[in-house]
Amino acid sequence: MTQPKTPTALVELTDVSKHYGNVRALEGVSLQVHAGEITCVLGDNGAGKSTLIKTIAGLHQHDGGTLTVDGEETRLASPRDALDRGIATVYQDLAVVPLMPVWRNFFLGSEPRKGSGPFKRLDTGLMRRTTREALLRMGIDLRDVDQPIGTLSGGERQCVAIARAVHFGAKVLVLDEPTAALGVKQSGVVLKYVAAARDEGLGVVLITHNPHHAYLVGDRFVLLRRGTMVGNHTRDEITLDELTRQMAGGSDLEALRHELQRS
Amino acid sequence: MSATAERRTDEQVIDERLLRTSPLKKLLARPELGSVVGALAVFVFFAFVADGFLRASSLSTVLYASSTIGIMAVPVALLMIGGEFDLSAGVMVTSAALISSMFSYQMTANTWVGVGVSLLVTLAVGAFNGFMLTRTRLPSFIITLGTFLMLCGMNLGFTKLIDGTVSTKTIADMEGFSSARAVFASTVTVGGVDFKITILWWLALVAVGSWILLRTRVGNWIFAVGGNEDAARAVGVPVAKTKIGLYMGVAFGAWISGQHLLFSFDAVQSGEGVGNELIYIIAAVIGGCLITGGYGSAIGSAVGALLFGMTSKGIVFAEWNPDWFKFFLGAMLLLATLLNAWVRKRAEATA
Repeated sequence: MTQPKTPTALVELTDVSKHYGNVRALEGVSLQVHAGEITCVLGDNGAGKSTLIKTIAGLHQHDGGTLTVDGEETRLASPRDALDRGIATVYQDLAVVPLMPVWRNFFLGSEPRKGSGPFKRLDTGLMRRTTREALLRMGIDLRDVDQPIGTLSGGERQCVAIARAVHFGAKVLVLDEPTAALGVKQSGVVLKYVAAARDEGLGVVLITHNPHHAYLVGDRFVLLRRGTMVGNHTRDEITLDELTRQMAGGSDLEALRHELQRS
Repeated sequence: MSATAERRTDEQVIDERLLRTSPLKKLLARPELGSVVGALAVFVFFAFVADGFLRASSLSTVLYASSTIGIMAVPVALLMIGGEFDLSAGVMVTSAALISSMFSYQMTANTWVGVGVSLLVTLAVGAFNGFMLTRTRLPSFIITLGTFLMLCGMNLGFTKLIDGTVSTKTIADMEGFSSARAVFASTVTVGGVDFKITILWWLALVAVGSWILLRTRVGNWIFAVGGNEDAARAVGVPVAKTKIGLYMGVAFGAWISGQHLLFSFDAVQSGEGVGNELIYIIAAVIGGCLITGGYGSAIGSAVGALLFGMTSKGIVFAEWNPDWFKFFLGAMLLLATLLNAWVRKRAEATA
């Protein structure tokens, strides 16, 4: 496995903690996101994955530790702030409008226009063409960019959301459980596009509770349990079995091993 | 990746998997299809049962009736696509007429001053609706029901307070009345047939509404806030501004309709307009607007209004009891909605 030696990480969290009142949601979590690498954040429900994602996305501010973007220590004020620094987050609900065509969804909120004065209008030709090309570049060959995005499968929609983030110049892509609601085949397709985004040179944060999926594409693995970090490994330090054991532990392990054997 | 690169170079080539989409299917996917089929059916029906329905003068009457609904149906349709209702739209028309008339009369000003003041006040009422909605996040049904009742009360209350009766004083002898009438309530003769100028207003609004919806950034935002408000917000669409703008659009329509109401006669009955808000909504729904938002068209609302005009006048030409009109309206609403739902399901089942 190649580990590109980048001098500074795109995003680096060191000893980050977050409290909600007297509830300790996150404590001492550290992770690094490098260009062209996938950092997986693993944890069961309630492990603190959502809090972590919201901190990186700018929805929450961390209470302790440091967050650096491009080597510069910072505090992300809002999702807009995070976006401006090149951190794009694809949430589980994907932020798409089901009844609108794919190309309108693709450019929603950042529509290109041509003409001037009262005749300033959407550059629909450019929008359709760009959508198609951006999707093709990610290896997504859509039948028709004019179809409502709601008619796409969950996996395809996930891919469009990823392609959108890539197209709009994201340097860091945060994916919140992209395979959670998908079948085995579709999960594979989505993971392929996650890898495609990595090959484009993006740093990817992949949140998941499926160690099998994580191990297929991940370069670094951060394990969370009950708000604390219980493991932080690079790919060459850990095996899938070990990853699974660390993540699940105890009684859940048998069931998980069973699940993995079948897939 | 070579295969995809190859395909990319030839973008004009239609994907082979698209062969299944025939032009007919494309047509079926249009939001206004249901209403067009319905309008054709109603037209043929009345052409047979109503003597004189096909005369040019009858056509002009039908178009006039349609235009008075259609002028409001366009902004109401846009608002519905944006996911909201406006129950105050009907009485707002009367308010716009009353303000214009009373301001001119009481201030003995040129009628155009009254027209201008009316525009400002009506837009302010629309902005109030939008502002309340986006600020409180209460359902638009409640907010605009409140505005509806308040406007109802104010229309009657102020008119009685100022004029002593339920209708305003005539402003026909005031300065600027004839030019204002020319703009809002004149008649244009084309080929020996008289057409009301509201038909032009209507067509212009449909054109502008369609342009906004399909070719502008704001149009994209309107579909988005109606289709998935949270998603729209997440990608940076100014949701509140879009909605306030839509309510102001309805107010603008109410202003035009109100001025027509005033200048067709010269005085205004303060109790008018109640119930019309539902007619506008019905026209929009028949025209293919989804009641849940995110789908519809301005042209559809025009066809809905035309259906409305044809039925209301067709019943008169057929010399039936006009009481039956509401029955037909209800039946059409149900049929159109069912047809729309069916068509949409069929169109979307291709994927």
